[in-house]
Amino acid sequence: MIKHHLNDATLMSYAAGSLPEALCAVVVAHTSNCSSCAKKVRDMELVGSLLFDKIEPVELDGSAPTLALRGIAAEIDSVIKPHSSADNISSARAEAEIHAGICSEIPAPLAAFIGNNLDDLPWKRLGFGVWHAHVGPESECGRGDLRLIKVAPGQVLPEHTHGGTELTLVLRGSYKDEIATFGVGDVEDVDGDTEHQPVSDAKEGCICLIASESPAKYRNLVARLVQPLTGL
Amino acid sequence: MQLMEREEKARLHPRSSKSKEMSELLSRVAERGDVVAFQELFENFAPRVKSYMMRKGADPNTAEELAQETLLTIWRKASLYSDEKGSATTWIFTIARNLRIDRLRREFPWQALPEGHNEEASDDTPPDEQVSERERKQRIHTALSALPRDQHEVVTLSYLEGMSHSEIAERLGLPLGTVKSRMRLAYQKIRESVEDLQ
Ligand SMILES: [Zn+2]
Repeated sequence: MIKHHLNDATLMSYAAGSLPEALCAVVVAHTSNCSSCAKKVRDMELVGSLLFDKIEPVELDGSAPTLALRGIAAEIDSVIKPHSSADNISSARAEAEIHAGICSEIPAPLAAFIGNNLDDLPWKRLGFGVWHAHVGPESECGRGDLRLIKVAPGQVLPEHTHGGTELTLVLRGSYKDEIATFGVGDVEDVDGDTEHQPVSDAKEGCICLIASESPAKYRNLVARLVQPLTGL
Repeated sequence: MQLMEREEKARLHPRSSKSKEMSELLSRVAERGDVVAFQELFENFAPRVKSYMMRKGADPNTAEELAQETLLTIWRKASLYSDEKGSATTWIFTIARNLRIDRLRREFPWQALPEGHNEEASDDTPPDEQVSERERKQRIHTALSALPRDQHEVVTLSYLEGMSHSEIAERLGLPLGTVKSRMRLAYQKIRESVEDLQ
């Protein structure tokens, strides 16, 4: 069903824990529904543990016991079984999974941040037939840019260039650009100086989660005019 | 006596038996809150977690706190780990990795990486998959050691120094595309090494 996947280099950087946070959001959302990418991530995490195994250890300086150590000591003393806290985690996870089942349109990890109704978001008009909504506080997008974009049917998305990697995950509808057609669950992973001009589906339009490593630079004239107003 | 046997085994099959041992320790912590097993895990992993944190720029005190916090998390979440679900060290790596992201990069609200997809795997993994998991690790280890220097360098900077592709490109004075293609090539070799396993 999913036809377009994440680049192996992107997945590997994610598994390594070095992918910029905004991009991580899209990777987490895509892999939660894509077993093929999730399986790759497992092998890539195995790579991580092998490299981690070979790290030169730095001895702990036990002279100043810190909070965490005291925490372990306290828990061991009171013989708290590890299960007690873990059970809460599992039940929270189970709840999240049930939640995900009810609302399959928004991947579960994303739903935790934006809720479960795409139509209910505080959409802000960006230009003709294009709206956007930030995920997380706007002021804290220092490392990357993460937002949802909603595009009316048959509408040309504002063309933009990007510094570094840009990931686009389709949540509703589809869009088409010079490369291919992207439907629900598909992710487009482009980098560097790629310029593309996506057009949304003529009937459904589209809603996408878009992350870029640096703030997107929209080239469309209308978008450029609103840029100073929206902080794009 | 038991110890000698264990050491002998460790000498013959250093990696597989060591990671098997770690899985056993973790299972003992999970099943009955075994303090002795936890102590061993602590001694084994905490100094490497500290080192791992320092590589991303944490000062020694912060790194030590994060190492202790990582081990505390392992203690608390041990029951989410199950022997059948794969490598203990991989699970521990993902916990340390997530904590490092969480504590050393606070600029962005999105920090919820899943802790090792292992814990979400189904509970009914057949025993032969445990074997294939160890075989898998062994082969990936071999493939990793055989990587050309330039690919190995990029992989190490990404995993251990926590550098993004752009940061690696800047550090090495390479185009971003070159960094990415080295990562891709490295992964291709790793994937080829385990292709026939599943
Ligand atoms: Zn995928």
